[in-house]
Amino acid sequence: MNEKFIISCSPHIRGNNSTAVVMRDVLIALLPALLASVWLFGMRALMLTLVCAAFAVGSEYVFQKASGRPITVNDYSAAVTGVILAFNLPSTLPYWMAALGSVIAIVVVKQLFGGLGRNFANPAITARIVLLVSFAGPMTTWAVPKPVSPDFITGATPLGMMASGNVGALPSLSQMFLGIRGGSLGETCSAALLLGLAYLLYRKVITWHIPAAFVGTVAVLTAVLGENPLYHVLSGGLLLGAVFMATDYTTSPFTDKGKLIFGAGCGILTVIIRVFGNYPEGVSFAILLMNILCPHIDNWTRNKALGGNY
Amino acid sequence: MGKRLNGVHVPHSKNTTQSKPQRIPTPQQVIIPMSMHIGAPSKVLVKAGDEVKVGQKIGEAGGFVSAPVHSSVSGKVKSVDEILMANGSRSACVIINTDGLQEVSEEVKPPEVADAASFVSAIRESGLVGLGGAGFPASVKLSPKDPSAIDVLLINGAECEPFITSDMRTMLDEGEYVIKGINYVKKYLGMKRAIIGIEDNKPKAIEHLKELCSKEEGIEVVSLPASYPQGGEKVLIYNILGRIVPQGKLPSDVGVIVMNVTSAAFLAKYMETGMPLVEKCLTVDGSAVANPQNVIAPVGTPFKDIFDFCGGFKKEPKKVLMGGPMMGIAIPSLDLPMVKNNNAVLAFSKDEALLPPTTACIRCGKCIAACPMNLSPVELEMAYQKKDAQRLKDLKIDLCMECGCCSFVCPARRDLVLNNKLSKAYVREMKV
Repeated sequence: MNEKFIISCSPHIRGNNSTAVVMRDVLIALLPALLASVWLFGMRALMLTLVCAAFAVGSEYVFQKASGRPITVNDYSAAVTGVILAFNLPSTLPYWMAALGSVIAIVVVKQLFGGLGRNFANPAITARIVLLVSFAGPMTTWAVPKPVSPDFITGATPLGMMASGNVGALPSLSQMFLGIRGGSLGETCSAALLLGLAYLLYRKVITWHIPAAFVGTVAVLTAVLGENPLYHVLSGGLLLGAVFMATDYTTSPFTDKGKLIFGAGCGILTVIIRVFGNYPEGVSFAILLMNILCPHIDNWTRNKALGGNY
Repeated sequence: MGKRLNGVHVPHSKNTTQSKPQRIPTPQQVIIPMSMHIGAPSKVLVKAGDEVKVGQKIGEAGGFVSAPVHSSVSGKVKSVDEILMANGSRSACVIINTDGLQEVSEEVKPPEVADAASFVSAIRESGLVGLGGAGFPASVKLSPKDPSAIDVLLINGAECEPFITSDMRTMLDEGEYVIKGINYVKKYLGMKRAIIGIEDNKPKAIEHLKELCSKEEGIEVVSLPASYPQGGEKVLIYNILGRIVPQGKLPSDVGVIVMNVTSAAFLAKYMETGMPLVEKCLTVDGSAVANPQNVIAPVGTPFKDIFDFCGGFKKEPKKVLMGGPMMGIAIPSLDLPMVKNNNAVLAFSKDEALLPPTTACIRCGKCIAACPMNLSPVELEMAYQKKDAQRLKDLKIDLCMECGCCSFVCPARRDLVLNNKLSKAYVREMKV
């Protein structure tokens, strides 16, 4: 018998997981919030999301093609970045700005640092911050949800109301939970985001550590500071950030302990910015700052090997 | 029971649980390597033209950590050649043309054992090596620095590798010998307690041994969750006793001797008959094999003869493994022989042989959560890419047992075990 056998290193079987499966699961988890955004802000929310996703995938393809790298758009990671970026934008934002944000996220923040798994900052968050500081007006013009006012008018976010002391105009907690409030298109519907969280936990895409530490820290600190913790938890981009952005593998710590520290750090920074800062919202900045600390957290929280001599 | 170590859920694929091992006909030729164990290779005692019989010693232990080698057949030595083995090393091999008579050597007689020293030297003469797969000489394992400090004999019946059922068959078919072997070790090494650990995917084996142990003093059976690598030595010790074997130390340093169930059964049979380790039960399975089953074959039988006995191949084999899919070695040719510590040979067709392509690491940390030793495979890979030997050492690369959990769970399908094997060699080379 003149056989030619494949020789490879063990193990010779692999699990069913793959990067594409993980990213597809994240997209599925984002779906409830996308549907909610259409209900709340109309078809423009969907269009803006599609524009962001298309430009994210397209710019990744073009960059990889132009730089002679393997094309990896079919791992869905660029699509995830695009959708998450869109969720961080007001539904009224001009399409070209959203598209620009996607290109920044993918080309500047992700690909220029080496592509998937190599970026140190979350691409969607960084792009959102670039857009916020570049186009402050359009980025803070909030559409009022259609269930409140079917006519297209703009209003303030609950955090804006709290910051300006206009607490009387705050939506009710149940409205907040359903997302009937001003805000970025994908961040307002807490119910949908929690559904996404449940799916991610069920599929073991993420663990509970970062979302719990992040949200828990915000709740405790705001309560200590005399603010209403429930409004803080349901406001702004906290749940979107805690579930979908702070949990980004590449820019968050490896170990459970690291994840708890990371989540708590995000929570502390968010509360500081919200309560003491000039911006009404601080989730994006908080996550970005913690992204930068991530390698250090990894160093502080590395597991001790079983029986290791230290 | 407290915390258990990390692990992964692998498909069990125990297709051959019902297959009682059948002895294959004596092959025309056997190739018996002088290196079938951890430690120094054995020194060849025969030359071309010599007549040999079953059980005759043909290789003398080459050092303290070594084991003698015996002929598994009767016949005439054709030659002594150096052959490239599956693990990439070269080993002297005694090639014997069999005469089919299987005449037993006069050397084979039950050992005379009176105390610990004579027991250990008898075990040494038996050629027994760890049959769980590692192939560590049993006599060395049974000679701890301080025998009085050993309080537990752990018997490893976990058999956590997918496909393999040879240990399970031992427990079902030779349970009495397992118990006898345990009693020998307990008696001569002065241990009071023995624990048999079995994964709960083998309920019949657990039930059978529990029944046998009910008549015994000081032997317990523990059912363990079927989580890979439950049968890893350090994993078993931790999960059953909660003891941690320190880096660079042996189980005996924490008062434990670990022995495989089939090793224990062999030991008992050897004490009765004096027939050294010359044959072994192994599971023949995989998608390419016509009739997957358990067989007993003389040590040194070429794999080709074993597959032929199992009806050959129903599909073209593209990958053949010595051992299980998690830690087994892919072999280049069916002319290679089975060795003492072989417990399976698996042949896979193209569909199973080709692994999914590797993609970029996304730093998900699933390898960390899967590692039973609490290592950080993702960071080990980065350190090796940077050729940072000191960092590899700081990350405790030498504690990696290459169980394969990290590679198994990696969504990017990265070859983390390969990386760790290369890293270990690199650290040794750089002498940090």
